Amino acid sequence: PLSMFDKIWNSHVVVARDDGPSLIYIDRDMVHEGSFHAFADLRRRGLTVRRPKQMFGTADHYAPTAGRSLAHAATPEIGEVLRKFDDNMRWSGIRHFGLAHPHQGIVHVIGPELGITQPGLTIVCSDSHTSTHGALGAMAFGIGQSENALVLATQTLWQERPKTLRITVSGKRGPGISAKDVILAIIAKIGADGAGGHAIEYAGPVIRAMTIEERLTVCNMSIEAAARFGMVAPDEVTFQYLHGRPFAPAGDLWEQALTYWRTLPSDDGAVFEREIEVDGSSIEPMVTWGTSPEDAVPISARVPDPQAVADPRRRENSVKSLEYMELRPGQPMEGLAIDRVFIGSCTNSRIEDLRAAAAVFRGRRTAVPAMIVPGSTQVKREAEAEGLDRVFREAGAEWLESGCSMCVAMNGDRVAPGERCASTSNRNFIGRQGPQARTHLMSPAMAAAAAVTGKLADVRRLPRAG
Amino acid sequence: MRAFVRDTAIAAPLAGINIDTDQIIPARFMKRSRADGYGQYLFHDHRFEPDGSPRPDFVLNRPEFAGARILVAGRNFGCGSSRESAVYALVDYGINAVLAPSFGDIFHSNALKNGLIPAALSEEIVGELRNALNAGPERAVSVDLEAQTVTLPGGGSHRFPIDPFWRECILKGVDEIDLTRGHLEQIEAFERRYEQDRPWVVLP
Ligand code: SF4
Repeated sequence: PLSMFDKIWNSHVVVARDDGPSLIYIDRDMVHEGSFHAFADLRRRGLTVRRPKQMFGTADHYAPTAGRSLAHAATPEIGEVLRKFDDNMRWSGIRHFGLAHPHQGIVHVIGPELGITQPGLTIVCSDSHTSTHGALGAMAFGIGQSENALVLATQTLWQERPKTLRITVSGKRGPGISAKDVILAIIAKIGADGAGGHAIEYAGPVIRAMTIEERLTVCNMSIEAAARFGMVAPDEVTFQYLHGRPFAPAGDLWEQALTYWRTLPSDDGAVFEREIEVDGSSIEPMVTWGTSPEDAVPISARVPDPQAVADPRRRENSVKSLEYMELRPGQPMEGLAIDRVFIGSCTNSRIEDLRAAAAVFRGRRTAVPAMIVPGSTQVKREAEAEGLDRVFREAGAEWLESGCSMCVAMNGDRVAPGERCASTSNRNFIGRQGPQARTHLMSPAMAAAAAVTGKLADVRRLPRAG
Repeated sequence: MRAFVRDTAIAAPLAGINIDTDQIIPARFMKRSRADGYGQYLFHDHRFEPDGSPRPDFVLNRPEFAGARILVAGRNFGCGSSRESAVYALVDYGINAVLAPSFGDIFHSNALKNGLIPAALSEEIVGELRNALNAGPERAVSVDLEAQTVTLPGGGSHRFPIDPFWRECILKGVDEIDLTRGHLEQIEAFERRYEQDRPWVVLP
């Protein structure tokens, strides 16, 4: 009996070596503006992209959220990165979605949305959150620029086979508990280095009951527990989601693909090198207090006391985190005043995320500045067709163009020094959202609750609107 | 890739665990071309005050660690973003090896591709080493890739793991793209089979 990971891995081995890595065939490479080092490398060597039709490009990390032309770039330097991207895409013949293209968006949002992401594929991207695509049963992982250049030139990569880890989320999610709460609870339990060297398969009734968008949120943050891969076995929900998407197989090919996809889930009795079980019924809305995603606690909890941490290294880090975050041990998380809100990023910027946020904003007013950045141009259109943009605007929030934006602050959107931001992104690292920025991670509904109260709040106990 | 065989140099102990690649190089510097050198951005926001002056308490700014070419760090070093510029910054600054209990998986791959040695040692050894380096006065550590050993200032020697494949590539400075292109026939044979078995994967 084989695990899903074993099946996909085995069917992609081109050369197996006994002294370490295997040469693995890569089905899709998704590139973005930050991939320029890899293109510079190819050009320097006089090489071309070997199979440009199996690659896709999108402008996301540096994409201006104020508008869709190079003139909107925050600085000339950023404009230059975007221009260089277009130039590399034209040079290589890679199908790409520039700023003004209707398919533009965050790479991990558009992959699934366009049906580029499919079960059983090996997918790479020079971005650590590539694990997101595993939600559809793909073996997807983040790579660096040297690896990126190798894939573009040869369609292969040398990879050590990771160990497998199954995380089973049992029970049933309580009302108002989002996929973000589930993954933050998992990371808090296993730690930021909890799954290093492993490929995670998420399983169990809580995962099975999730929509594809929710599974995407879970798989997205695998890397925050140090796993390069996070996957969910494909099922009818997956197939329904994919059917009819622009780059999904159609007609006879769809039937052939479907037959294969049904063979992918882990066999009964498949052995995982590690197994972890998480009680899904006890998960509460989560928020982070520190500077690592493992620093997540239920909103009802208090800031932990570093002195109570057994591990001396983790204790030392907690002290530093609290200093950076300007928090005191024992302080309640609920009620902590914040300065701004960011709803977006490849973790939480899909249509279901925006609907969850809009449900909180409807009939309420923001107490602090709030930015809402859809994950793709298509999500933006869809939200507008549903009237969500009006809900956000009427609440006083900013409704912007799609991109990574304040998740990584590369495009100029950033949290000011010393400000505290409630954010739906995936990293609360020191300086991630801007120098001296203080980030609290949470779900879209919780971020919206923070926006309308100006404080960290339990969205389940918000006073009634209007 | 850059070849590396062995080096003996001052080792600098970095505080903290889970040092993410955003700490190693903040995203705002990643627009620059590699040709300008990334060493100046290494640990930028820890190394420099907002006004650009060096922060005297940061380990690499302390005179006893001037010229360090080896870094000693806590577990899960290089976690987070896949940015290879974190490795560029270390390499361009002059770091040849990082010793830590564990590394972020992507950082680990990126390091190998640039001939930067990610040597994993136990929590205890790293702890002892950090204490010894902080105490001084001996601060020279040897990293020997051929022997796969790290020799501490006190003289104790410890083996670190590395795949024989990568060890060989780095010792010889093998170019990975050239090496892999040597397998093109196998890649093409794989693709022919693949196009038969899974035609939907191969896009026109
Ligand atoms: S949204 Fe953030 S985490 Fe996601 S790809 Fe963009 S920068 Fe990376």
